[in-house]
Amino acid sequence: MLSWIDKWLKAALLEMQEYMRLLGALSRAGVSRPFYYRDVIEQLDAIGVGSLTVVLLTGFFTGAVLALQTGVTLDRFGARPVVGQLVSVSMVTELGPVLTALMLAGRVGSGIAAELGSMVVTDQINALRALGTDPVRKLVLPRVLAGLVMAPILTVIADFVGMIGGGVVAVTQLQVAWSVYRTSIVDGLGVQDAWMGLIKPLVLGFLIVSIGCHVGLRTRGGTQGVGRGTTQAVVAASVAVLTVDFFLTRLLFSLMY
Amino acid sequence: MALLGPHARAATVERTSDEDTPVIVFDNVSLAFDDKIVLRSVSFTLLKRHTKILLGASGAGKSIILKLILGLLKPDGGVIWVNGHRVDRMRELELMTVRADLGMVFQEGALFDSLTVRENVGYKLYEDTDLPLEDVNRRVEEVLGFIGLAEHIDKMPSELSGGQRRRVAIARAMAFKPQILLYDEPTTGLDPITATTVDHEIIKLRDLESVTSIVVTHQLRDAFYVATHAAIQRDGRLAIEPASAEKCDEAEFIMLRDGLVVFEGNAVELRHANDPYLRTFLS
Repeated sequence: MLSWIDKWLKAALLEMQEYMRLLGALSRAGVSRPFYYRDVIEQLDAIGVGSLTVVLLTGFFTGAVLALQTGVTLDRFGARPVVGQLVSVSMVTELGPVLTALMLAGRVGSGIAAELGSMVVTDQINALRALGTDPVRKLVLPRVLAGLVMAPILTVIADFVGMIGGGVVAVTQLQVAWSVYRTSIVDGLGVQDAWMGLIKPLVLGFLIVSIGCHVGLRTRGGTQGVGRGTTQAVVAASVAVLTVDFFLTRLLFSLMY
Repeated sequence: MALLGPHARAATVERTSDEDTPVIVFDNVSLAFDDKIVLRSVSFTLLKRHTKILLGASGAGKSIILKLILGLLKPDGGVIWVNGHRVDRMRELELMTVRADLGMVFQEGALFDSLTVRENVGYKLYEDTDLPLEDVNRRVEEVLGFIGLAEHIDKMPSELSGGQRRRVAIARAMAFKPQILLYDEPTTGLDPITATTVDHEIIKLRDLESVTSIVVTHQLRDAFYVATHAAIQRDGRLAIEPASAEKCDEAEFIMLRDGLVVFEGNAVELRHANDPYLRTFLS
């Protein structure tokens, strides 16, 4: 039992060390040349545009179900008109960033881990290095930059369509007037909420993509390894999203509220 | 025949004449992964424009030697010189300079599957040089013509056969005119006719483009073919013919067994080796 714990701890520490090394290499690549602009644009398209549908659907239905669930509870206190405030604050500060991040972990994190993992097991990463290209600069940096840019944008879109979804339910199911719903949203949201809604996806987007890249580049063991790595990337990124979200919320509360 | 224990040849990078310049020197190189010893005090010297053919069973450590030369792996002990640079201590950034003179043909090709044949072959020229696009395209078409795949220039790697992928990998490795080419199992898994075509490319590059080569293989037929044939231009036509004895001496065989060099010598010496392991391997 002890040897198993010892082994597990060593493996976890090694993973952490390698992840930190990747982050170190990433920061060095970020401040030196060459910079692969074309790859960044390709990744902006792959991560951003490619994830739009799933984010739109997730955001809309999350907002809608939130309005539906809370509408009933609010009704008990005669507070049905403030459903807009509840939907907007929940979407902007918590559900938008976290659910978008989880969707990105499933779609982008797994995709990156599978793509880089396949490149490792087919020697394409070694071929890149042999041809004088730094894989971190060529493959990791463009993906991380795209994640940093697109996660907040996708989250804002998810927040917006979530509020629309909530509005549709508020108007059609809860009989709250559209103007009341809209006013409730505007009154309910503060500047701190907006900042929280932008800072969170920035951090979570970075985590998802960097974990996907780390797991992909550490893939061993052929196609089976690629499958294992893909699962690991999704699990690790999802757990990291939920864990970091808690601590980040705590930190932002103490700094901004 | 030369059955070797510790390597006899002095590992030196002193330059005597152009022909005798050692471009790759391994001096007592050892490597282990956890408890598994992969290389045990491996030493050899490769001279300019010569060919070294590394033979051995799977897992003998042949491909590891190529990765050590490229700096993709670091040895646990010993010294590795490539073109006068000591690569066993170099950082990744410094290794980029050394790799500019090295081309590697990976097992199975390792072509970038999201890029076309043109983009694969011209990868280094497109990414790392300031050459005008027309010049890069011309060079890509030239090397693809050299290996007889010009008509496949706009295809994706997935549309090519195994042999074609291997030849595109050779084209990619030679496109930026490296001084040294490393081939990792270039003919494994190919039918004899396609394998001979790949052998011809290796011979042509060595004899017509003056490329120093290391060929890792366990395909004896191909190993002896490359070692004993030469490419000759006669009346403007290219011919692959049996090489002279002097030319054959420029191709040296190294046999690895469990990470140890158990033989070093030319084709004739290998054919007449009496060591039971070598005899079994050759039969």
